[in-house]
Amino acid sequence: MASFKPTKIQVYPKLGEKVTQDTLYWKNYKAPVQIKEFGAITNIDFSPVSPHNFAVTAFTRIHIYGPFSQEPVKTFTRFKDTAYCGRFRSDGQLLVAGCEDSVVRLFDVSGKVALRMFKGHTKAVHLTDFTSDRYQILTGSDDYTCRLWDIPSATELNNYQEHTDYIRCGVTSKLNRDLFITGSYDHTVKVFDARVDKSVMTMDHAHPVESLLLYPSEGLLVSAGGRYVKVWDLLKGGQPLVSLKNHHKTVTCLSLSSNGQRLLSASLDRHVKVYNTTNYKVVHNFDYASAILSLALAPDDESIVVGMTNNILSIKHRKSPEESKEKAEQQRRRPSYRVFVKGKNYIPKQDDYLVSKPVKQHLAKYDKQLKKFNVSKALDTALESWTRLRKPEITVAVVKELDRRGTLKNALAGRDEQWLSQFLNFLIGNLVDTRFTPVLITPAEMILDIYQSIVGQSPVVDRQLLRLHDLLEKEIDYQKDLLEVLGMLDTLFASTCPRKEVPCSGISRSNGLAQGEASSTSRPELQVT
Amino acid sequence: MVEHADIRVVHRGGSIINFRQPVVTNDSRFLLCASGECVKVFSTSTEECIHNLQGHTDLVTGVLLRPSNHLQVYSCSADGTVRLWDFTDGILIKTYVIGYPICSLYASAKHEGVIFIITPKLTDKRSELFQLVAVHLPQSGDQLVETRELSAVLSNVSSKPAATAFGQGGEYLASVKGLQMEVYFFRKEKSYTFSLKEDNKKGGRNTFTCVACHPKDDCIATGHEDGKIRLWRNFNHKKEYTYSTLHWHHSAVSSLCFTPEGTNLLSGGVESVLVQWRYNQESQRDFLPRLGAAITHIAVSPDGALFCTSHSDNKISIIQSCVKVSAVIQGLVKGESVKTDLIVDPRSKALVLNGKPGHLQFYSLHRDKLLYNLDIVQQEYIHELGLDQFEVVKAAFDASGSCLATVEERQQKGAELEINLKLWAFDEQTQSFVLNTTISTPHDARITAMCFRHDADCQTTMLVSTSQDGHFKAWQLAAAAHTEEGPSWSCDFVGAYHSLVPKCCCFSADGSLLAVSFQEVVTVWSPASWELLTTLSQPPGAIRDLCFGRLSCSKYLLGTTDSSLLCCWNLLTCSLEWSTSMDVSLLLSDPLSENMVAFCCESGCTDLFVFKPSEPRPLFSQKAVCSGRVTHAVFAPREEMLESCEESSQWLNRSQLYFLTQHMDLMTFITKVEEDRLMASSKQLVIDDSVAMTPFYLLLGKHRQEQQEDQDAVSSQSSERAPLPHSSVAIKELLQTPAHVLPSTTFLCSMFLQSLLIPVTDNREEKKHAEEEMESEKEEEDSSEEEMESSASRPEQASGSGLAAELAAPTLTKAQSRELRRLKKVDHSWLSELLDS
Repeated sequence: MASFKPTKIQVYPKLGEKVTQDTLYWKNYKAPVQIKEFGAITNIDFSPVSPHNFAVTAFTRIHIYGPFSQEPVKTFTRFKDTAYCGRFRSDGQLLVAGCEDSVVRLFDVSGKVALRMFKGHTKAVHLTDFTSDRYQILTGSDDYTCRLWDIPSATELNNYQEHTDYIRCGVTSKLNRDLFITGSYDHTVKVFDARVDKSVMTMDHAHPVESLLLYPSEGLLVSAGGRYVKVWDLLKGGQPLVSLKNHHKTVTCLSLSSNGQRLLSASLDRHVKVYNTTNYKVVHNFDYASAILSLALAPDDESIVVGMTNNILSIKHRKSPEESKEKAEQQRRRPSYRVFVKGKNYIPKQDDYLVSKPVKQHLAKYDKQLKKFNVSKALDTALESWTRLRKPEITVAVVKELDRRGTLKNALAGRDEQWLSQFLNFLIGNLVDTRFTPVLITPAEMILDIYQSIVGQSPVVDRQLLRLHDLLEKEIDYQKDLLEVLGMLDTLFASTCPRKEVPCSGISRSNGLAQGEASSTSRPELQVT
Repeated sequence: MVEHADIRVVHRGGSIINFRQPVVTNDSRFLLCASGECVKVFSTSTEECIHNLQGHTDLVTGVLLRPSNHLQVYSCSADGTVRLWDFTDGILIKTYVIGYPICSLYASAKHEGVIFIITPKLTDKRSELFQLVAVHLPQSGDQLVETRELSAVLSNVSSKPAATAFGQGGEYLASVKGLQMEVYFFRKEKSYTFSLKEDNKKGGRNTFTCVACHPKDDCIATGHEDGKIRLWRNFNHKKEYTYSTLHWHHSAVSSLCFTPEGTNLLSGGVESVLVQWRYNQESQRDFLPRLGAAITHIAVSPDGALFCTSHSDNKISIIQSCVKVSAVIQGLVKGESVKTDLIVDPRSKALVLNGKPGHLQFYSLHRDKLLYNLDIVQQEYIHELGLDQFEVVKAAFDASGSCLATVEERQQKGAELEINLKLWAFDEQTQSFVLNTTISTPHDARITAMCFRHDADCQTTMLVSTSQDGHFKAWQLAAAAHTEEGPSWSCDFVGAYHSLVPKCCCFSADGSLLAVSFQEVVTVWSPASWELLTTLSQPPGAIRDLCFGRLSCSKYLLGTTDSSLLCCWNLLTCSLEWSTSMDVSLLLSDPLSENMVAFCCESGCTDLFVFKPSEPRPLFSQKAVCSGRVTHAVFAPREEMLESCEESSQWLNRSQLYFLTQHMDLMTFITKVEEDRLMASSKQLVIDDSVAMTPFYLLLGKHRQEQQEDQDAVSSQSSERAPLPHSSVAIKELLQTPAHVLPSTTFLCSMFLQSLLIPVTDNREEKKHAEEEMESEKEEEDSSEEEMESSASRPEQASGSGLAAELAAPTLTKAQSRELRRLKKVDHSWLSELLDS
């Protein structure tokens, strides 16, 4: 006597993203904290020293937030116009910011009033940064110039006028106090040396450059502009290494994860993409509500901060290890866990005779009904809303099983209006799914056969039948289009592939015939005497 | 040309055991069933076949216990004889010659010396009319007895054995046919006929299918085509009879049976559910569902403890009082057609073919026993007539037997063909196949052929399947990229040739070439690069079979065409080597040698040719191997190589050829040498007892037996040779048996002592024997005349040893002997159960 074999639920390959180590890592963040700012957030910069506060530049203010605070710790409001590019010095004591009014201001993080004002640019300053010796400031402006300033004396040291369009981004080298790189809307990226009065290297990005990033080793430079992210090898004289085109709108910001293994790019298309820096493949993707202007990662990837055009600052904090573990444990442990564990850990003694408990076969609800040949009830249980919506493959498998048993018609017949509309809903939702189509066509035909006499009696059912009709017509159109495309592709392939001759076919055919005649004389005698 | 008198075609295995109702003996230890031309005796506890009662020359059509002696059994056969057997020893006691073919056999306790048989009315075999005849068995001492006293009881009865039954120990007899039931009372010598209407409204078919009579009560149960059971009462009046109807079965009731006390009625049918109805409380019923296949017969042991059900898949299950199946006797399942072809599992050397629906059966050819069924479809089987079920249509093993590929398909009327390709991997731990990958709809149309690449040194396993959709696909076992699960199968290559339909495919022995036949053209591909290397053809006529040569003939590719041509191509020159005109129905190559086998169909008969592709003369040929076409055959490797020096039988040295005839009989070729050896071994093989051999039995039972034999020997005084010092044997056995299977020491201690106690007397006897023998030897030395004296002196010895035994007995006190006896009586059967679990 064999036991009941439960209905087999077909396992369909999971479409979409696969679970990788990266997905697990980048998904391990809490729900974002969202803070409304006064204007579009153009820049975010983390303080290099603990506790790693970050400066958020938005409209005419710069807010400094603590790592876990939702209110700004400090606010700088002494700007006449929109502020740009608030950046910390490497010791975290000073902060520099450009402004629409062409004045560059230097603040003490603990103070309020600007310590120094650097005046000399004629247009808005979008780029400000400290050099690695901490005594100089680099600025880039819409007046096509970039300048170096001395902090103690607030005087201009150098003025480079090589760019032919707005300078909107730039970085200073962390290893060499004289080196800095600027990117401009004239499509070029230029490397300057403060010891010489002109650029030492020029790279053509082919699009207005929006953001620049240097690897910690400073051998590679990443530039973002237009829809492209490009990586340049500085040690080989600015040779392009890779060009990535994964966004479909302008890339606005770049960032590197703390260990330097992953590169993040944010774009106006509302996505943040994570690249593997060894093969430059996208390994993860974040979605945001609005176009992203700025992005920053806290040291050790503790949090991801994103500023958007809709004035919202989104902060995602990493889950603590206990938190992520706790959840998994909660799922495993049920309230009555203790009851079940009773006696489970008893180790039988030497002379004990073990009476094994008969293993009780656990059956799903629909299987229980199928076992009893209650076909209608089996279909009902498989059509419960949770199963129907979340796991349509179960419903489809039960329908298939009923069809195999030859009792699908019995299960579908004799239903009321409500059930019928529910089932039609399910059909409309899943009929054109290629995984389910072969199975669901049969019940759809049966429904039409059984209930054709009552068409017109219920407006609900009629409406759904019309919807089903529309759906099928649309599907037929799609299929026609697809076949046309297929035909076109076939002709294309056929014309591009060179025709290959099979080497021996001609010879063998002639041989086969000729040899066959010739060999008849030496034909073996397979006759019994 | 070739002398082949020493090679014979013989039937091999797979006899039908569900043809007639099985019989359980009075002590419930044996089960007897008709099987082809013999009656098989099975043990109900071990499922082993103990005896084959051979003697009939035609199909055995009935087996029945003799009512007056429950150790004897009648069997009737279509050869017109009834034979009486002693089934415990397997001896034929008597043969009664009736002279007409017999369809079934009945007897009852009330009619002593009379058996009832059903024979065709005319001697003509084709006649549809049958009659029930009473046969008076003459009392005679002869082995062969001719019976002359025949008297017809009922005319026009059904030939089915289930359609006739005796009631109340033989007072009346009920027989059903069509829509009529006839009840015959022996005392009144009068018969009543009851008939039912053709049908009622809902297409219910009232036709009778079977009948059973209550053993104590006046009640007849009849089964009907529409699944109803009617209980007839008061049938000794023509008009005032009544019946009540029980309905649970949804299709025809195939068998009915009352338990011996009449408390329960058992019924079974296509649903494969055994239903037990309480007599007089018919609303209460018990079910034993999912017995595997449709029930064809039900039998109950005389004490009512065991039920036996025969099933349509050649199986008998033994059920303990409707609770659990305690034993299953399974024969080779032979369906209407073997779709999978015959395959040999390289690992277990078992024959693999379609078994139960949705299963593959593994059948050991060497032991003639079904090993196990592998569930391929893995779906609940719905026992209903006219339902389209999944069927296993193709199966293939790879060279090492670690991979199995199966194809199952289901064709529903007006719906798409459902095909699943399943790939199984052998699991060492569970020693069975585990599903690795399921590919649903691998092809758009039916799969025509499938084969694995047979290559030992190749790392990846490859499978090629050809289909009617015009493509052939190569499947490869590859590690999955992203998941942690083991490797799974995926499609490697899809090939086609001028949109022709591929028919068969074949890999060369080293796996470097793949030949796929597309109608008239054979294409040869390289599996490494999937390049089309060459094409071969021999028009007209599509290719039917393809086969690569092996070993020294591996350069040859052989093919057969529809236009009765056998071609051999040389692959080195890409040209035809030779061809001959013969209608080959099956071409097969021996995996262990160069030999090829061709079954040719000529004028309704099949001829066999064995040849080497390189040699023009066949090694062996036999005309008219069997009638009809042979479409399934296989070479099974032998367990040990046969050393035959004769040229004609050398091809059978390494492997044996099995084939299925048109009538699904499994046949094989056997050499004379082998036959002689088999005969010799079968004579040696003596099954001493039918009781299950447990280690404890070995320990105690043999000991006791020897003791008994000794005592017998002593008492009968036929002890020509000295008995072995068996006490040491017992101790040796005790020591050799693994400690964990022995019972506790308290148990064994007394046993051990006991074994020490008895030998004391024996040793004494032995000494005496030895002395006596020495004496007798001396006497023999003296002269041959004195031998008479020595034999005369034996009675003397007898009295002497008898005295010795008497002397030895009092050494035990009364209490001791009682203890001994009690120990002997202790039931050790629990030990065997413990060991089994």
